[in-house]
Amino acid sequence: MSARASTGSRPGGQGRFAQFKLVLLGESAVGKSSLVLRFVKDQFDDYRESTIGAAFLTQTIALDDHTTVKFEIWDTAGQERYKSLAPMYYRNANCAVVVYDITQASSLDKAKAWVKELQRQANENIIIALAGNKLDLVTEHPDKRVVSTVDAEAYAREAGLLFFETSAKTAENVRELFTAIARKLPLEQAGARNLRSNPRPGVDLRPEAPGTQGAGACNC
Amino acid sequence: MSKPINPGDESQGTLPTPEHGIAVSDFQNTAHEEEWRPPLPPRPSNLQLLAEQTFTPPGSLQRPKKSTRPSLISKATTAISRTDIHSQSYQDGSRETYATSTDTTPSKGSPRNYGSLRRFKAHNGSEGDDSGSVRSYVPTLEATGDVESLLGEVLSAGQESPAWKLQSGQQELDNPYDSIGFEDDGITAEFRHEFDDIGELDLTGNNEEELLNLWKSKRKHFLILSSAGKPIYNRHGDNNLISGYIGVIQTIISFYEDSKDHLRGFTAGGARFVIMSEGPLYLVAISKLGESDSQLRVQLDALYMQILSTLTLPTLTHLFSNRPSTDLRRPLQGTEPLLSALADTFTRGSPPTLLSALECLKIRTSDRQVINNTLLKTRCDSLLYGLIVAGGRLVSVVRPKRHSLHPSDLQLIFNMLFEAEGVKAGGGENWIPLCLPGFNKNGYLYMYVSFLEAGDGNDDARSKDSERGRQDEVAVLLISAKKDSFFDLRKMRDAVVEELETSGSMAIIKSAVQRGRPAATDIIPGTVLRHFLYKSRGNVQFTMPSYEPHFNTLLARRRLLSQYHTLHASVHAKTSHLKVHHCVSRDSISLAWVTPLFELYCIAGPHSSRNALAQSANKVVQWVRREEERVFIIGGAVF
Repeated sequence: MSARASTGSRPGGQGRFAQFKLVLLGESAVGKSSLVLRFVKDQFDDYRESTIGAAFLTQTIALDDHTTVKFEIWDTAGQERYKSLAPMYYRNANCAVVVYDITQASSLDKAKAWVKELQRQANENIIIALAGNKLDLVTEHPDKRVVSTVDAEAYAREAGLLFFETSAKTAENVRELFTAIARKLPLEQAGARNLRSNPRPGVDLRPEAPGTQGAGACNC
Repeated sequence: MSKPINPGDESQGTLPTPEHGIAVSDFQNTAHEEEWRPPLPPRPSNLQLLAEQTFTPPGSLQRPKKSTRPSLISKATTAISRTDIHSQSYQDGSRETYATSTDTTPSKGSPRNYGSLRRFKAHNGSEGDDSGSVRSYVPTLEATGDVESLLGEVLSAGQESPAWKLQSGQQELDNPYDSIGFEDDGITAEFRHEFDDIGELDLTGNNEEELLNLWKSKRKHFLILSSAGKPIYNRHGDNNLISGYIGVIQTIISFYEDSKDHLRGFTAGGARFVIMSEGPLYLVAISKLGESDSQLRVQLDALYMQILSTLTLPTLTHLFSNRPSTDLRRPLQGTEPLLSALADTFTRGSPPTLLSALECLKIRTSDRQVINNTLLKTRCDSLLYGLIVAGGRLVSVVRPKRHSLHPSDLQLIFNMLFEAEGVKAGGGENWIPLCLPGFNKNGYLYMYVSFLEAGDGNDDARSKDSERGRQDEVAVLLISAKKDSFFDLRKMRDAVVEELETSGSMAIIKSAVQRGRPAATDIIPGTVLRHFLYKSRGNVQFTMPSYEPHFNTLLARRRLLSQYHTLHASVHAKTSHLKVHHCVSRDSISLAWVTPLFELYCIAGPHSSRNALAQSANKVVQWVRREEERVFIIGGAVF
C-alpha cells in the first residue's frame, strides 16, 4: 500500500494536481463509511451494515481553479479483530480522519487511542483530522450529546489535529473536513517527500504476516 | 471445483419399471400397505457384477468406453418409498380406493415393458423373481435413444391410472404454489412475515409476551451458543428476550454431552430441533419447514463455516481454551449480518445449499475459454484464485493446479457479496481478510473485490453507485495469500477488465446476465415441467431454469424448495436405495432421479401425466449433456 502522493501538471491543464492517501479510523459504528459515502458519492444510507475488511475509494476535489487534489481513501472496518491490519492502511498515509460519535463517550477514547498510535507509528508528517460525527442526532435531540464540542476541540488543539463536527446524514461539514485536509497537505513538497519516504512503490509488509497461509497449506 | 466421483457401487443412470422402480407416493392409508407391497426378491448372488463397474472420469457424462455390457446393480428393494407428506390431502375414501387400484394397473402392462429386465436376466442368469426389484439398467447416458425408449416406452405403454384421471378431474389452479391452505406443509401465509423484525423489549418489559409470541411464530430459528451457555447468535429477537430458552437448550445439550451421548436432534411442538456441536460451540436449528436432519445439518455447518471464516479455527479454539466463558459476540462483531444473510437464504430455500453445488452462468464454451485465457494471461504472481462472478453465478475461475475451490467456501463468498449488504453497499473496491475453511481453516486469505459498473473501468465509473441491485452486477474477485497485494491485484483487475472489454467478453457476460435463466419451456419446448434442478455430481455444479412464471412469490418459491427438500431427503436417506422417486400431490407431480453422475429433481403441474414428466426428465438430461460445457465450468483455467 504505497503512498502515492505526487504533484504534477495536469495533462492538458495549467494547474497543479496532487494525489494523497487518506485513511479513516475509529470505533465501529461511528460513521466512517457514511462519511466517505457522503464525500465520494453524496449519498447516505440510514441502515448500513458494518464494513467488512476495508474499502478503497477515490475522490477528486478542486481546491481552486489551479489546484486539484485526488484522495485515495482507505475506509477501514472498526472492529477489534481488524486492528492488526490497520498499520497496513495508515503506514504510508499522508492524512487520516479519526472519527468518533458525539453521542458515545467511549468512541472518543478510542479515537484518542488511534491518534496516539498514528502519531507514534505513522508517517511523521501525517495530517490528522478529528471528526465528531452524527451531529444531526443532537440537532434534533440536544440531550443525546455526550461529548461537548469544547472538550473535543480542546483535545484536538492540544494534539495538533484538525477538528470538525460532522453529519454524514445532512452532509454538514463533510466537504469542509476534506477540503481543510487538502489545504493543509504540503502540495509543493509532496513530490519531493514522496521520493524520500517511499523509495519503491508497494512497501513490503510481509515480515509481519502470521496467520497468512502459503498456497501449500491446502487440506482439500 | 472438481471432486472426483467415487466410482462406487452404484450403477450408471438407472431406470425404473414404472410399477416398482418409481416410488409412488403414499396416497393411501398404510393399512393398504400389505396388500400391494411386492415380495422381497432375493439379493443377487453374483455381487462381482458390482465390482465390474468401470471408472467414470469425473465431470464427464461420457459412458466409459471399455464397458462391454451394461453395468449392473440390483439392490434388493421394495422400491416403494412412503413419503407421507402428501397423505393429508387425500382424506376421503374414494381416493384411497383409487390409490389401491394404481398398483394393479401396471401388472396388466404388456411384456414388452420388460425389455430391460430380459437383458438383465441374460447377463445375470438369475430368474424371474428378481423382476420385482431390479431397477437398474444402463446405459442411460450413453445412448439417447435408449434412455428415451426405456422410460418412454414403459410409461407410454402404461395406462393412465385412475388416480391420474381423478387428478386431472380436479379443478385447475393457475398457480397452486401460490395458494395457501392446500396442504399443511408448514408454509402458510405467516411465512410472509418470517423475515420481519421482532422488535425490541421496551424498558418496562411489558411487551415481552407479545414479542415471545412473535418469536414463536417464526418458522425457522438458528441459535448459536457457547458450550458454557453464552449466546453468540440468534436469528430472531434479541438475546435477552430468549435467554430463558437459550438456558434450557444449553442444559439439554450439556446433559447429553456430559453422558458422552451427543444429542443430535429431537422433535417438539411441531418443530424439528437439530443440534451440531463443534468444539466450544453449539449450533441449533429449529425448523417447522419440514427439512430433514441432514439438510438442516448442512445449513448449520454453513453457519459454523462463516464463524471460522471470520475467526479461523486456531483463534476460535484459543479464545475458548483461554477462557471457556468467552463472549464470542465481540470478536465476531460485524459477522452477524453475514450469519443472518445465510440464515435467511436457508429459510427462503436455497438450491445451492440443498445440493451443495454452485451455479454457473451459461455462456458458450468458446466464450468461456476466452475469459479463462484472459485470467491466465493477466494473472499476477500473488494470485491464488481469481473469479469472475455475474448475477450471483460463476463465470470463470482461475486457480492453481493443486487447489480446487470448495463449494462451501464459494457459498460464503457469494453470501457476503450478494446477500449481505456490507460489501456491496460500500461502493468502492474492497480488501477483505477472510478464512476459507474448505481451503484452509487455519489462516486468512485476502480477497480483492470489485463490482463492475456498466461502461468503462475508470475511477469515476467505479465509484458510481446505482440504485439497481448488485444481483445483476459483474464482480471480479481476486484472492491472495499475501495481505499486502491489494495494489497488485488491483492492477490485475484493471488488466482483466480492459481485456474483457476489448475482446467483447464483457458484453457477452452482461447480456447473459440480463437474459437471466431460461424458462423450463425454453429449454424443452412444450414441457410439462415447471421447474427442475440438475446437479452434476462430478462438477459439483447445478443448473436450473428460471423461477418464472410459476414461482414468482416468496411463498411459491419456498413451497417449491420444500418440495425439492422432500425429494432430496427421500433419495438421500441412508436407508433408501432409491434411484428414482416419484411423488404426487395436489400441487404437483414430481420426480427425483439420482445416478452417480447427476441428480435431477423435476416438478410438473398437478395435471401433467407421469409419462410426460418422465419424458421431460429425459429431455433435461439430454439437454444438459448437449450443453454441458456451457452450463458448467469444466476444469476452469488452471495454472
